[in-house]
Order: sequence, then C-alpha cells, then structure tokens
Amino acid sequence: MDLVGLAFYFLAALIVISAAIVVFSKNIMYSAFSLMFTFFGVAGLYVLLNADFLAVTQIMVYIGGILVLIIFGVMLTTRITGVDVKSNSLGKIQVGIAGLLSTIIAISLIVVFSSTKWFLSEPKVSGDSTKLIGNELLTNYLLAFEAASVLLLIAIIGAAFIARRK
Amino acid sequence: MTLEYIPLVFMLVFGFGIATVFMYLSEILGAKRSTKEKNTTYESGMTPFKTARDRFSVKFYLVAMLFLVFDIEIVFMYPWAVQFKQLGSTGFIAMMLFIVLLLSGYIYVIKKGALKWD
Repeated sequence: MDLVGLAFYFLAALIVISAAIVVFSKNIMYSAFSLMFTFFGVAGLYVLLNADFLAVTQIMVYIGGILVLIIFGVMLTTRITGVDVKSNSLGKIQVGIAGLLSTIIAISLIVVFSSTKWFLSEPKVSGDSTKLIGNELLTNYLLAFEAASVLLLIAIIGAAFIARRK
Repeated sequence: MTLEYIPLVFMLVFGFGIATVFMYLSEILGAKRSTKEKNTTYESGMTPFKTARDRFSVKFYLVAMLFLVFDIEIVFMYPWAVQFKQLGSTGFIAMMLFIVLLLSGYIYVIKKGALKWD
C-alpha cells in the first residue's frame, strides 16, 4: 500500500471511530469534543483530494467556529452534568422513525456507490489552489462572491435581531 | 503533490507523541507529595464558590455567532489577499464592496446594542 492509501485509511478510521463516539457517547460533552476529530479527519481527506484551501477552510470554520458554537450550545443547556442530556434519550417511536430513515439513506448510498462508474483521474489543476480560487472568485464568479457577502450580512442582522428582541 | 504534506504529518505525530509521552512520564516519574493546599482547585488562588458546570449566559452565544460570520469573511479575504497584485484595482473594488456590506452589518449590530453586555 502506498503512502496516500495509508493516509486515507488512517483518516477514514479516524472519522468513523470519532463519529461513532459522537453518536454513542453517553456524555454530550464527549460527543462535542469527539466531533473535533471527525472534522479534522474530513480536513485531511480534503488534503488528499488536492483541495488544500478547502481543508484550511474546514479547520477554520468548522473547528474554529461551528464546534465552538456547538460547545456553547451544550453549555447553555440545563443539566449539563445530568444524565438527561445524552444522544440516546429518545422514545421508541423516534428511534423507529430515525432508524428507518437512516436505513433508507444507507441503502440508497450503497446503491449509488456500487452502481456509479468511478473515474480515477489525475487532478486537472495542480499547484496552489488558493491562487486559482482567488482568481476565479474575483473575476468569473464575482456575482456569487458579492452574493456571499449579502448572505453573511443577513446572518449578522438575523443573529443580532433574534438575540436582542425587545 | 501530497508529499508536500509530509512535514505536517511529522508535526502532528511528534506533537501528539511528545504531549502524550511527557504527560505519562510526569505521571510515572513525578513525585506525589500531596498536601491539603495542593488539592485545592486553584492553588494560591481564590476559593471556588459554586460549580463550574453552570449554565452560561446566552450573550456568549451571540458573540460566538458574530465571530463565526467574520471568521467566514476572513476565509473569503484570504484567496483575494494571495492574488492581490494580479487582481489589481478591480479586485480591490470588489473586495471593498464585500467589506462595506459586512461593515454595515457590524454597524447595525453596534447600534442595536447587541454587543453591550447588560
């Protein structure tokens, strides 16, 4: 097995194991921290896919931002230490529906995975993807770039509005 | 291309390894002379007066949400900054438009008093 394959299987194992801890951990704080390793593993997969800018973005936004929000969310809840806050405190009906939905999604994913003809090609663009993204974003995709700023503006206003409703 | 990341792998392995090894070395080799003072939460610090696992104020959440928005702004600024010279004045104007839009949101947040603590 070559080095890239070894790295892939290491990252895949990291993602699957830490994601399993997220789901099965009795303590929701352990789940939140385990999610960090899942995000790191996904960032590593982006590196293997030659998407280094996406990998840095994954670390900055998901680990630096969203994970902090999730941990804040846990700390805002009541009874952090109590046994009530855990991922498997669900009723039988909820477990049934969730299990059914997950099975359907899993089956469709397996069908798609096995019926797709996978193309294993060398990446067309090589080198620094950040430079290419910068060029494309501010020339060909300028409208999408400015639309993103409007979207962020909406997020700021929404956050301030909801938190300070008087 | 992926070979460029070998130093990163080394850094992660050594960082993780050194942290783990030193933690267990101090556990194994370190002296354990426990006194009453050493067992307090903050040695020579203030005495804790209630549990640390308390509910946090929702204000932290608002600050974190606003942080996330400006964090994403940085992600957008980074590829522009890398190609700053090549993109020239057009890119500069486009980025300024981006920043001004977010700045107006920031001014709204301040005017709304969302960053005031009480």
